[in-house]
Amino acid sequence: MSKKPRIKVPKKAAKGEIVQIKTLISHNMETGTRKDKSGKLIPRNIINKFTCTLNGKEVLSANLYPSVAANPYFAFHVRATESGTFEFTWTDDEGKEIKASNEMTVA
Amino acid sequence: MVSPINKNVGRRGVLKTAGLGFLAAAGGSMLATSASATPETAAKALAKMTGGAAMTEGKVKLELPQIAENGRTVPLKVTVDSPMTDDNYVKHIHIVAEGNPTPEMISFNLTPGAGKAELSTRVRLGKTQNIVAAAVMSDGSVFTAKEQVKVTIGGCGG
Repeated sequence: MSKKPRIKVPKKAAKGEIVQIKTLISHNMETGTRKDKSGKLIPRNIINKFTCTLNGKEVLSANLYPSVAANPYFAFHVRATESGTFEFTWTDDEGKEIKASNEMTVA
Repeated sequence: MVSPINKNVGRRGVLKTAGLGFLAAAGGSMLATSASATPETAAKALAKMTGGAAMTEGKVKLELPQIAENGRTVPLKVTVDSPMTDDNYVKHIHIVAEGNPTPEMISFNLTPGAGKAELSTRVRLGKTQNIVAAAVMSDGSVFTAKEQVKVTIGGCGG
């Protein structure tokens, strides 16, 4: 779980261009319906929130439920309007936040 | 000379009862955990997520494999026909499953900054079922799409 998330953001983009961003993070997304060997339910621990901001302004967010597969993967788009920093945040049921950031230059 | 046969029957009998006992136990535990969503509960969940607005079919394209060999990770792509401008964009895309333990799958919250309402992720599918996506537009209208996926091996643990 401590593995770094993998993110793909183009380094450069033309103004107004729509670019694709891909993110992948390691998390086993425990559903809360699985049982361990002694028959006890394993408590739910999933990433329940993902947000992507550009220069502090939210571009996209997602609310996740147990039906999202382990190691959540997202591909989405952003309109390149200004150069800046993308910040990605994943929050799980234990309140743990995993953050990553990427720069993009718009010319 | 009859005794070996008798012995065999006895052994089989024991196995049979043991087997039945095992099946009963397995059946019991299956029942306990198979409280899953139905088309009705999924529709209810979707209505709650979209705020109960009237839904129209169209504009939304949901792409999933027709047959998923492994329900643990199934690629899902959703596209909504929208210009994504400041005054006409997709606000939310909600996706629900009709046969998973919980109907809600994922909700995306978009902004005009997204430029294009096209999202991909990977989901779990417990069994063969319908997936429904609903897109809430900036003017409040809701558009939906439905897609069936046949699942060979379920992916919801158990």
